[in-house]
Order: sequence, then structure tokens, then C-alpha cells
Amino acid sequence: MAVAERTIGTSPPRKEDPELITGQARYTDDLTMPGMLHMVVVRSPFAHARIKGVDASKALAMDGVVAVYTGADLAADWAGPLLMAWAVSEDLKNPPHWPLTKDEARHQGDGVAVVLATSRAAAKDAAEAVEVDYEPLPVVVDMEAALADGAPLVHEDQGTNKAYTWSLKNGDVDAVFAAAPVVVKERYVIQRAIPTAIETRAVIADPSPAMGEYTLWSATQIPHIVRVAMVVATGIPESKLRVIAPRVGGGFGSKLQVYAEEALCLLVAKKLGRPVKWVEERSENYLATHHGRDQIQVAELAADEQGKIRGFRFNIMVNMGAYLMIITPGTPLLGAFVYCGCYGGDAYEVNFTGVFTNTTPTDAYRGAGRPEATYAIERIIEALARKVGKDPVEIRRLNFLPAFTEPTPMPGGLSIDSGNYDATLDQALELAGYDQLRKEQQVRRERGDTKQIGIGLSTYLEMCGLAPSRVLKALNYAAGGWDAATIRLSPTGKVQVIAGTSPHGQGHATTFAQIVADDLGIPFDDIEVITGDTTLAPLGMDTYGSRSIAIGGVAVHRAAMKIVEKTRRIAAHELEVSDEDLDYASGTFSVKGAPDRAKTVPGLAWSAWTAHDLPDGMEPGLEETAVYDAANFVFPYGAHICAVEVDTETGQVDILKYVAVDDVGVVINPQIVDGQVAGGVIQGIAEALFEEAVYSDDGQLLTASLTNYEVPAASDVPSIVIGRGPELPSTTNELGVKGVGETGTIASPPAVINAVIDALSHLGVTDVPRPASPENVWRTIRSTRGGDGR
Amino acid sequence: MDVTLSVNGVSRTASVEPRITLADVLRDELGLTGTHVGCEHGVCGACTVLLDGRSVRSCLLFAVQAAGQEVTTVEGLAAADGTLHPLQKAFHDAHGLQCGFCTPGFLMAARELLDENPSPTESEVRTWLSGNLCRCTGYQNIVDAVLLAAERMRGAP
Repeated sequence: MAVAERTIGTSPPRKEDPELITGQARYTDDLTMPGMLHMVVVRSPFAHARIKGVDASKALAMDGVVAVYTGADLAADWAGPLLMAWAVSEDLKNPPHWPLTKDEARHQGDGVAVVLATSRAAAKDAAEAVEVDYEPLPVVVDMEAALADGAPLVHEDQGTNKAYTWSLKNGDVDAVFAAAPVVVKERYVIQRAIPTAIETRAVIADPSPAMGEYTLWSATQIPHIVRVAMVVATGIPESKLRVIAPRVGGGFGSKLQVYAEEALCLLVAKKLGRPVKWVEERSENYLATHHGRDQIQVAELAADEQGKIRGFRFNIMVNMGAYLMIITPGTPLLGAFVYCGCYGGDAYEVNFTGVFTNTTPTDAYRGAGRPEATYAIERIIEALARKVGKDPVEIRRLNFLPAFTEPTPMPGGLSIDSGNYDATLDQALELAGYDQLRKEQQVRRERGDTKQIGIGLSTYLEMCGLAPSRVLKALNYAAGGWDAATIRLSPTGKVQVIAGTSPHGQGHATTFAQIVADDLGIPFDDIEVITGDTTLAPLGMDTYGSRSIAIGGVAVHRAAMKIVEKTRRIAAHELEVSDEDLDYASGTFSVKGAPDRAKTVPGLAWSAWTAHDLPDGMEPGLEETAVYDAANFVFPYGAHICAVEVDTETGQVDILKYVAVDDVGVVINPQIVDGQVAGGVIQGIAEALFEEAVYSDDGQLLTASLTNYEVPAASDVPSIVIGRGPELPSTTNELGVKGVGETGTIASPPAVINAVIDALSHLGVTDVPRPASPENVWRTIRSTRGGDGR
Repeated sequence: MDVTLSVNGVSRTASVEPRITLADVLRDELGLTGTHVGCEHGVCGACTVLLDGRSVRSCLLFAVQAAGQEVTTVEGLAAADGTLHPLQKAFHDAHGLQCGFCTPGFLMAARELLDENPSPTESEVRTWLSGNLCRCTGYQNIVDAVLLAAERMRGAP
């Protein structure tokens, strides 16, 4: 019998695409319900103001307006505030975050009232007619200012702007630093980023008043978590609430959130008994969808004279914004263990201080904590290289953990699944033509060219596959980190895979179908994958933290193997042999020594359905569920090299070459993996060179449109060169897979910034602000040359 | 007021307020939700459609401005029998999309490019598409897809 060709390691074109390239896919804003009302949120223009009164009479008198509700109007209706799921420490301050503020607006864009009308235009017009009496209050937007004595308080009743402190310590850090012959210390500012998914958020709440039932469509990454959070906020029982994430247009962490508008649409739909739709405008997206990053880092390494690292110490201040959202305080913790990069050392310390400011809340943004950690270590290791007079390649090789294929402890605790850091660096150096680049750099230096070349490295270690539930408990996160899949075979051998992860561009339908095709020997085209619906896929923890293959994919594989085990028993029964007498490969059970006596999984699906002759006690049908909770994280790693050309007169930075070598373990679909790498790298380059959220001192977001917040276009960025390294299987799971969604944004910012600094190092430049915009680079050059940078 | 347009070769009439954009008419009145609105201020390009063969941002154009003209949306890109346009096929083959939200705008902008210039260079493709934003792909596969479509449309091997 022919063995089906393996699909793992090949790139069948995506199952998702046909509806997306023809305009037939339905995103939330494409949906409409009979009798639907449109909701518009009235938002505070002030970063901090007391709400002294709201006069909605003019709005209510306008055509098509059905209702206006203020925070005070709805105060008694909430079962609880918006969910904050990560109380990281005992000292955490968690002031309640209500969907509409009841008393004070604490950031520009804080919701004050909602208007419901029969059309979106009518609702918008009426929102402008709602008169709010604001009393402006003192504002604080800068973290260091917020912690100073006498600073204006974001939450007066908390008595402080310090949201929490959290520490991770391993070894006698102070002693190691005291004894070390070499210590380097630098300060880095990771600017605030705005995720900017091209689809803004959108929500529809559809009530069935007679049944007490609700369906909530939301452009979210986390329908399952939203459902639980909506119980907390609205009191609607979980059994009466279905949450659907239809096609979702990108997330990057910004849709890993439980938002006020989800709760508001549900509550208002409940009150009015009509469907309610809210669609975020781009200008609102800048104010009301969470931001990311925003850290001030003090990085220190202790080393010996040769530059061998002995100790790590990082003190990090993190801007929370005005409220703690679902994992605001925990986001930096996701990077806490990888401030060591892929280097060894005897002592390790990371301290976080969370700070409230009158700004939009921060939370997970692609990489969530790990880009910040990687930036700190990949910058400070270059400072160490300069201090001990070593090349950036040499200092890294000196400090790499040796190659390993069994779990190996890391300086901050936890164990890494597998890694060979020299191997990815070797490949990156070769793909980049490193030696040639250095020669070209030397030539330009000697010529004194205006345009200088710089080469930057980033050899990173990531941890992802969120997350082992026991570790999450130890870190005080409120939920688990498992995921689930159900596989159902129809009588004719077609397959439904019902998965608990919830994609928004990552290609789960394709990748999961490949796993099942290989496990069950069923054609790729006969497999459909269902996601993003809490009724169809009731078990799930959704998509974030590069978990969908490393957790969700393993659950899919395990469910498929349960199908194999059940069909093995049916095959053995039909062939009148024992289970152990059967060989299994690619969907076919054959009798050992008599391979022509065989049964296939699709045929056995028919047997399971007819139930005419099943083994004694076996239930009919062929449907299995697996829930997978990993024992450890997975740890992608790699080496990125960026070569830039910097115009020393204008500050303009152009990327000449970008090489990304990422070992993400076993690769299911190379084309999808390459797509994740390329997209992530460009998003990281955007942080390094272009993007920055800027607030005025009075808390006005100055970069509140796509014309001010510079998301790069195709003409601004290069094509990148991609390598895969040794592809060491993860030892955490039986598929050997790691995760690939975040490698690019984690690895690339320090590679780019190191390259810019390298290009200017002959001028004495050792730091450049992010983003390395022409202005920032030009000012850096000017101030280093002794000018004032103006 | 009533506005009559030819949309994907079919004459359509909608009753709209003068302030309603072409994007809103396509999506809300004519049910053509393939045209996406990503920023409402003419930067992201997700709402790109062709007006008499030229790309326009339908979020910045009032429907009344398009009266009497020929509008082509992503729904009109494939042949009447459903055969995909070479650009659609190339985006599928080259993994030129992830979440797909920006894709209709890129397809329409790229179609105008290939109508004008059947043999663009990579740099020309990047420059032409610089009015459209994608947050997922990093543009690499979009550019490759457009070059692949161009090659196929030229009948090159």
C-alpha cells in the first residue's frame, strides 16, 4: 500500500487564502445584525481630569439616537471591573479599571460615556454633542518624574505611582560584582511602541433576550479568555455567552486584551435588548488600544579581564500607563529569565519597578518582555566587548553556553530545551559575508567617507510557548497555559480539527492540517480546521506568546495519536490479530510479516460509524480530545546580523543587508515560518529606526495618527536573508517544535542599533537613542563631536 | 441623494448623504465588504480601489465624486467564472498575505502597477506599493508575489 507523502517540512499554499484574496472573508466590521445599534465612545481629551458632569440632553434629542450612558449611569450594572490577571507581587497596586470611568479620566482617550444610535454617522454626530464638564488635574507622563516626591498621582487613593516591584535573583550577585575585575554599566531607553494592527478593533454584541443568551463577535486574539473576563465584568453566565473571533486582521499582542468596549457592547445590548456594534477608528486605536514596551533599563555585567561574564544585573523601570490591563504588570516578567541571552554566568538579578503615568496602558506587544530583555543584554555585551577590547563576535563566542541537546540550566533558573549558539552564529556570519563587510568598513573609514558602514549583531535566546501552568502559578498568573484540540472523523474519513488557539494571520489551519495529514495519512485537502469560537471549540487558551504550535500544535498531534490508538484497536479486531501485531505508518495499519493485510484510518472511520463490529465495550464514532500542558517552555535562538550605511552628515540610516538565522526547532511549513520571520524582523526594524509614541508633558499623544506614527512602508525596508541554523528539535515536546511568531521583533532591534553605533564608533559614539531616526543620529553625532546636538 | 456607479461592471445605484465616502457605500450599501477601512485618513491603503482604472483611496473619496465612473474592487479582480487574477494566484503561491486585511488594497494597487508596467523591478514594486501598509509580512513576500505575477503575465517561463 502506498505510503502518503509527508507534508511536514513542505509548504502547501495556505488553506486560509482563497477567501482573503477574493474579498470574501468576513472580519467583525463586515458583519451586521437585524436591528443593530451603533455605539460610539465619548473619550476624554485630557490626560487627567475630574468629570464634574455630563449633559447628554442635546445628543439625546438628535435623530436616530437611542441612548446615552455615562460611567455613573452604568456603575450599578457592572459585576466587576475589567480583568487584570497577573498580580505579580504582594505590593501590587491594582486600582479598579471600569469600562467607563466613574470619576476621573486618567489618560487621553479614557472612556467617559457611550452613545447608541441607529447609524454610525448619527452616533458620531451625537457623541460630539455630549457635553462633559472636565476639571483638568495635574498630569505626569514621565516615569522618573512619576516616582519623584510630590508627583501628581494617577490614582490618588493609592498614595503612590509605584505599581509594584518584582525581583528575580540567583546566586550572590553583589559579591560577584564586588569581586569582578571588569564591570560595565549602561542605561537604555526602550521607547513606547504602538502595535498598529491594520484592522482596528471591532465588537458586536448580539443578545437573545428571551433566552438570556449573548453572542459576542470581537476582533480579538483571545475569545476564550474574553468569555471568562466578560463573566467577571457583566455577570452574564459563561453558559449563556458565546464569543467568536471571526477573521481577525492582525494583533501583535494588541488584541491579547480584554477591552472596555467588549464589556460595554454586551452590557448595553443587555439593557436595550438589541444588537450593538462598535468599530474603533484609527485615531481611537492610538488612544484606546494598549501600547507596548516603554522601559528605562540600567544594565550591568560583571566579568573577568578577558570578558567572560560572571554576573548579570538589570534594574528596569516599566511604564504601566494609567491602568493595569490583563497582563500589564506581568509583561516584563515574560522576559525576566532571558536577560542572560545565550550566555552563562554565576549570578543573575533582574528587578522591575512598574510605574503608573497618565498615558494609555501598556501591555503585551509582539515579543512582550523578551525584546526588552534581548535589547539590554545584546547592547551591554557590546559595551563589555569595547571595554575588554574584543570583537563583537569574539565576546559572544567566549560567553556562549556550549552546544547541548538535553535540557540545560540557565543563569536565572529554568532549563533551556536545546541550543547550539555557535552554529547559528557561524551560519549568519557566512550569509552576511561578515569578513567582507568588515573590509568594506575599513576602506570607508580610511577614506573618511561621509557614508560609513556599521555591522551589528544580535545573538538572542527566546523563551516561548506560553506556558507551563505550574510555572504560571509560581509567577502568580491567574490562568493556566495549556491548550486543547479535538479531532473528529466523519464516516467517509474527512477530518475536522477543532483547536483552542485563535489565529489572526499565522496560518493555523494550514499548519495544523499538515500535522494531522501526516499523523493520520489523510490528504491535506480533506482536513478542515475550526478555531476562534467558544461554542465550537470550547477548550482553549488562545494565541499569543508564540504558543500556537508549541502548545496548540502538540495538542493537535496528541489528539491525532489518540485517533490512531482507537483505530488500531478496530483494525486489530477486524484483522483478528492483537494490537501489537500491527505496524502503523501514515494512516495504514498492516499485520507484521503480512503487509498486504491492512486497514486504513479513513476506512476504520466508517467502521467506527456503523459500529457493526467494534471491539467489546468500545464506543462508536471517532472523535478524540487532547489537552496539552507543557512541562517546560521552548527556547528558539539564533543570530541576526545587520549591516547599515549611515550618512554622517544627515543621520540617515539605510540597511544594506539583514541576515536572520533562527533555530525554531522542527519546521512544519517553511514558507509560513519564513513569513513570520520576515514580518517580525521588519516590525523590529521599525522600532529601531522609525516608530515612537511621543507624549507632550500634558499627556497629549502627539503621534496619534499614521501620519505621525511612522509605520514603515515597502520602500523603507529591505528584503532579508533567512537561515535556519541546525534545527535542533525541542526536547520539550514530541514534535520537536519551538515557536516563531516573535523571533524577529525580539532579535532585530539590538542588531540594528548595534550596527548604527558600530558605524559611528570611530567618532566615539557608544549609544544612540531609539528610534535611530535621522534626527536622533544626527544629534548623537553632533553632541559626540562636542557640539550641543542642536 | 442617489448616486449611480458602475461597480465591477454592474450599474449600481445607492441613496446616500453627500458626506458618505465611497468606501462606506461599497461596504454598507452595496455589500462589498472586501474593501477594508484601516485608517480613515488615507495612509494605510487598505481601502484602495480602482476608479476608471486608477487606484484611489475609497476612504478619502465621497461617493458622489465617483458618480458615473467605473469602480473596480477586489471582488471584481477574478474573472467572471471565478478564475483568479494572476496577482491573486501569486499572492496565494508566494505567501503574500498573513491576516489578509491589507491584501485587497495591495492587490488593487499592484494591479494598476502591472497594467502600467508589466516588467517592474523589485525597487519599482516597493516604491509603487509604498502607499499601502502591511503589518504582518514585512512586505518581502508581497513584493515577491507581485514580481511572480508580472512574470507569469508576461508569459515568461
